[in-house]
Amino acid sequence: MAIDREQLLHVARLARLVLREDEVERLEGQLNDILEAVSKVSELDLSDVPPTSHPLEVVNVWEEDEPRPSLPVAEALANAPERDGDFFKVPPGGTA
Amino acid sequence: MIDTLRLTAEEANALLTRGEASSDEIYRVYLDAIGDRDPELHCYLHVCEHDPGEGIPIALKDVIGTKGIPTTAGSRILEGYTPVYDASVVTRLRSRGLRVLGKTNTDEFAMGSSTENSAYGPSRNPWDPSRVPGGSGGGSAAAVSAGLAPWALGSDTGGSIKQPSALCGNVGLRPTYGTVSRYGIVAFASSLDQVGPVARTVRDCAFLYSIVAGRDPCDTTTVELPQPVELPEADELGGLRIGVPRELNEAEGIEPGVAEAVRAAIARLEELGAEVEECSLPLSVEYGMPCYYLIAPAEASSNLARYDGVRYGHRADAAERLEMYERTREEGFGDEPKRRIMVGTYALSAGYYDAYYGQAQKVRTVIKREHDALFETFDALVSPTSPTVAFPLGARTADPLAMYLSDLLTIPSCMAGLPGLSIPCGLSEGLPVGLQLVGPQFAENMLFRIGHALEQAIGFDPVPERLR
Repeated sequence: MAIDREQLLHVARLARLVLREDEVERLEGQLNDILEAVSKVSELDLSDVPPTSHPLEVVNVWEEDEPRPSLPVAEALANAPERDGDFFKVPPGGTA
Repeated sequence: MIDTLRLTAEEANALLTRGEASSDEIYRVYLDAIGDRDPELHCYLHVCEHDPGEGIPIALKDVIGTKGIPTTAGSRILEGYTPVYDASVVTRLRSRGLRVLGKTNTDEFAMGSSTENSAYGPSRNPWDPSRVPGGSGGGSAAAVSAGLAPWALGSDTGGSIKQPSALCGNVGLRPTYGTVSRYGIVAFASSLDQVGPVARTVRDCAFLYSIVAGRDPCDTTTVELPQPVELPEADELGGLRIGVPRELNEAEGIEPGVAEAVRAAIARLEELGAEVEECSLPLSVEYGMPCYYLIAPAEASSNLARYDGVRYGHRADAAERLEMYERTREEGFGDEPKRRIMVGTYALSAGYYDAYYGQAQKVRTVIKREHDALFETFDALVSPTSPTVAFPLGARTADPLAMYLSDLLTIPSCMAGLPGLSIPCGLSEGLPVGLQLVGPQFAENMLFRIGHALEQAIGFDPVPERLR
């Protein structure tokens, strides 16, 4: 399976990446090389094999619902690029 | 006079206990060594100068969150980010008095095998500064090797602890998946990421593992160790059965000098009383790489979605929100994270999910089953850690796939969630060769036992020749 320029730009948009023109050109070749290499997984017929999402056999770990102190607001906002009082501030608008 | 090139963490602790050196003196002597040698090697992205505690020092890979100490993961997108809480592993270190010397260099978001993907420039190999220290945890491995820290913590997704330890001539453990908390660690691929120790001896490695391992209520993917960590003492391996997987020992690209050093070490295992026998992982090695380079980027594309310029890290100037997200990510991520985000997003996208990500998860089951079957016969598996010794800076940067092959031999056991220990077993072309021991889940004590006995028998000098 090869990825063309149009698909590449579509995937970039899904990933919220705007690519410069030189990046698009470089990535097109590199991504096709990588996808060709990883497509090797399709050689195997694994229709009867279950998937492994996680190597540890741990399922539904429940904890008691006990309140404990959380980060003070001032600390939670300490790394904010921009804030407005006790809120993170972002530019308006823009539709996905 | 403390020689940081030779002092083990165990010896440093003994100096403290016997009152022969103070915690401040020991901390200071490492800062001096950093001042002397780090300008050439660039192991550290941040040096602390001061850090509280009454124990011995430690270095931390810069993906480990440290309260009040900058944490960048080697990325511009986290430039200036200072965590407001400690990772659970750091809390554990602090409860034992350990003091943070600084944060060590890493490929950006731990994606790479040489530290050349760090946004802050590469680290250099203490054995030959024209060569890479391996990666992604090259900063930690090089720091330990050059006496700039007695030991360090790294993180490993597909080989980022074991491979740099091999290339720098020290001991690195990738623990069983789930034994060390990831709370407060910068996430790369969550079904694979593990935190683990880098040290100059197997005993130090085991001791550091004993401090950080165990269940953490803040990370529900952790479990309690089935048995406590034992510091290895035995110098014989009678009764142990060790498998030599053909595909891991005869893979294309393994340098002759690497194969020779590992063969000699395998002969030592037999002299120590172990029963050694050839075995096979027919699909794990052939399909491990493609499986890894689907699963890791897929999970990375999801984990790295959080870098949006809203709550922390870099934010680009933009009038509208969507443009702000896109420009922040464009400016903040380097080439390798972008490549992996693209591959991962593609592999997870509608129409391709089953063929790529779904199929890779099934391959993962095959890899796990192959390993499980071998552990019905063997206590551990042995192979080279890296197909090559440290390679020159720039040798693999133009070709992502060539760089990916650096992890050919470490990836299969990572996919299966198994513990792996790398120890130095000799030199090839004057550079260290790493030997990889892989065991069943939770078999760290077994790996320490074999590693320690072999370490004693080989007598490898971990101090780089040019620094002796």
